[in-house]
Amino acid sequence: MPTKLIINCETGEQTEVELTAEEIAQREADAKAYEAELKAKEVEAAAKAEAKAELLDKLGITAEEAALLVG
Amino acid sequence: MANTYTLIEAKTLASATASVTFSSIPATYTDIKFVLSLRSATADTRDSIAIKPNNSTSNLSYRYIRSDGSSVSSNTLDRVDIDAANATASTFGNLEIYIPNYASANYKSFSIDTVTENNATEAFAGLHAWLWSDTTAISSMVFSNLSTANFVQYSTFYLYGISNS
Repeated sequence: MPTKLIINCETGEQTEVELTAEEIAQREADAKAYEAELKAKEVEAAAKAEAKAELLDKLGITAEEAALLVG
Repeated sequence: MANTYTLIEAKTLASATASVTFSSIPATYTDIKFVLSLRSATADTRDSIAIKPNNSTSNLSYRYIRSDGSSVSSNTLDRVDIDAANATASTFGNLEIYIPNYASANYKSFSIDTVTENNATEAFAGLHAWLWSDTTAISSMVFSNLSTANFVQYSTFYLYGISNS
């Protein structure tokens, strides 16, 4: 059974306790939610990069030239 | 400008542990700083850690800039990298979390500096700016992995209190 360590900064007491079934379920749900968020952000970043490349292509300029325009 | 460092608590894990909580953090300092050296047991070269002020996951916003040795990226994720089981054996990811005015009634900013260690092509360095939009004083902090893996034995956790006088 996974455990959690609690360090009381006032007393210095350190307590190791087993995670409850509820905490384990929450941990698994958090991991799944994070994985999904990570994938969504990666898809969003890839779409943005693709749109940028298409625009540069349409304008007929390189990324360095575009940076000069906005710099 | 903070000019005194006091070690509040230090812990080296004696065995694998799912999460570490610093509770009852005294409100007597100006700033606090966590210095962590962590490795996750997940089967990957890296894991990411969850950092929960007062065990909260609400009202947190993020921005990072991160390099992997060949490119740099930026995103709005709480992706604070540490070493994991497939990184070079016995290496740990190191990070520092600086929280100014942690006990104030204003929103709290976190500055996080992290680096992983791996004797291979994939390793990461990152700078993270977080904002916890909550006016409650920080009295506890919970660290866990964003996978369901444990922190491995010999991971270390240090908490310093920093005063401006």
